[in-house]
Amino acid sequence: MINSYWLGIMTQTGIYLLAVLGVCILTGFTGLFSFGHAGFMAIGGYVSAIAVKYGDLPLVAGLLLGTAAATLVGIAIGTPTLKLRGDYFLIATLGIGEAIRMILENWTFVGGAKGLTDVGKGISFPLVLLIDVVVIFMLANFLRSKHGRNCIAIRENETAARAMGINIFRYKLLAMGISCALAGLAGALLGHYMNYLQPTMFNSVKSNELLIMVIMGGFGSLTGSIISALILVPLPEVLRIGSAQEWRMVIYGLLVVLIIIFKPTGLMGYKEFSAKGILAFFSRLKKNAFKRQPKGGE
Amino acid sequence: MFIQQLINGLAIGSVYALMTVGYSLIYSLMSFTNFAHGVVVTVCAYVGYFVLTFFITNIPVGILVALVSGVAVSVLIELSTYRPLLLRNAKRLYLCIAGLGLSIMVENLIIIILSGRFKSYPSEVLSLGNLTVGNATIGIIDLVILLVSVVALVCLEVYIRTSKDGLAIRGASFSLDHASIMGINTDGLMIKVFAIAGALAGIAGFFCGIKYTAYPKLGSSLTNKAFISAVLGGLGSLPGAIIGSFILGILEVLVSGYISSTLRDVFSFSLLVVILLVKPTGLLGKSSEDKA
Repeated sequence: MINSYWLGIMTQTGIYLLAVLGVCILTGFTGLFSFGHAGFMAIGGYVSAIAVKYGDLPLVAGLLLGTAAATLVGIAIGTPTLKLRGDYFLIATLGIGEAIRMILENWTFVGGAKGLTDVGKGISFPLVLLIDVVVIFMLANFLRSKHGRNCIAIRENETAARAMGINIFRYKLLAMGISCALAGLAGALLGHYMNYLQPTMFNSVKSNELLIMVIMGGFGSLTGSIISALILVPLPEVLRIGSAQEWRMVIYGLLVVLIIIFKPTGLMGYKEFSAKGILAFFSRLKKNAFKRQPKGGE
Repeated sequence: MFIQQLINGLAIGSVYALMTVGYSLIYSLMSFTNFAHGVVVTVCAYVGYFVLTFFITNIPVGILVALVSGVAVSVLIELSTYRPLLLRNAKRLYLCIAGLGLSIMVENLIIIILSGRFKSYPSEVLSLGNLTVGNATIGIIDLVILLVSVVALVCLEVYIRTSKDGLAIRGASFSLDHASIMGINTDGLMIKVFAIAGALAGIAGFFCGIKYTAYPKLGSSLTNKAFISAVLGGLGSLPGAIIGSFILGILEVLVSGYISSTLRDVFSFSLLVVILLVKPTGLLGKSSEDKA
């Protein structure tokens, strides 16, 4: 039925989806941009791999440790920079992403540029699917809660949010923490699924891709990000011919510029994809159809 | 040995300074990070390579062509990508993303058209000879780079301090809206600022082509260095940008000379992270709490 090749692609898509959701919370809902989220994936991946390979810990402990490590580093880098106005946070994420990759490339204990092999297997598609569903459920609830609404208020207008008594710094840090935790979890899952880790898996192109998926899906739409991840993550596998990879990035770049200029809210805008929404859409369509009839009917 | 390294570091630092000053100028006016700055550098490095290889092997001509094409590319980027967003008064972060998209696009287009290989400038340019002072051997090309960069930076400083446009730029860096109310044509000013930044980035691209060869990722790797220098000196401050660039250039050369050349970039990015953790406003940074 489904051969192992497609199952593999589906598993990877599910894993990357977690990282995209992390960026979605940070960028889509809080309005902060990270250009180094692949770095946090790398932290999660390598910490978990080291814990399982050298520490002989069970896989679950590795995943938790990886997630915790990425969260801690994210909060450590967010604490000084999120207090400042200006692009400090952006440059900090860019710097940490590059720094982590370069340190991993030069650190012989984790294999340097060659990477780390035999890090412990045990990730299957059902498990990834389960984690995805749980995470999406939790994020949807978070966004409906007071805390989620505070994050959205910060994205819309920081000054107004501050005037409403929202602690801007704390909620930005919260979004950063959630986002880095998800990136770390995704990295840890990826390592244990692939059974090897390489610094180039987490380069700046990957960070940019995560951001692009969120932008294309729509600022402030969880389902938009999910849809765009489900389409864009498997795309390179489908396009494995010649210079298709470079063309893919050219088109991504062009699309991002066009989207930002012409439809800055992305594919879904601020709307969520839901059964209710679809029904409303069709009823609107019907109403419009009826409205037009008297005009056009001669 | 040390003198030699120092001159090399100053040359690299001066190239960083050209980049960082252009970046800081745009940042101080419009308070957004211009990710497309690297595009100008890459394109000009390739322009310099083609001019020197196929037309005329002459460094002054190369610098001039790179400068002109830098201005052209930078203004084109402003008009095509940033202008529609600025007219709509879009969020500043949208400008960042548009710049990022543009740089991803151009980088990969160059890989497709010219292949990802490193393109080395003709050997006549590279082997200009050396100068022996005492027991130190100094590459003449390093001195040329240092001299031209310093002249360019001094020209910019004089322009900003004395001319009417300079006054407008200084005023607009406090508040673009207020400058506009005072009768300054801010749209025109932005084009001028992008042209200046493009000219500096064009020269930087040409010199980088000479020192490191031309390759598609040249611009983005150099832009990262410019960000580090800008944060080191204090984001949005022009003197800070120059000081930060020279410090970074010299430190990088010392690290690669005395410790290990592979650790150079690790060092630079770790330095950035450390600065952001310890003193995020940098050496000369204004308190950036109030500059919204």
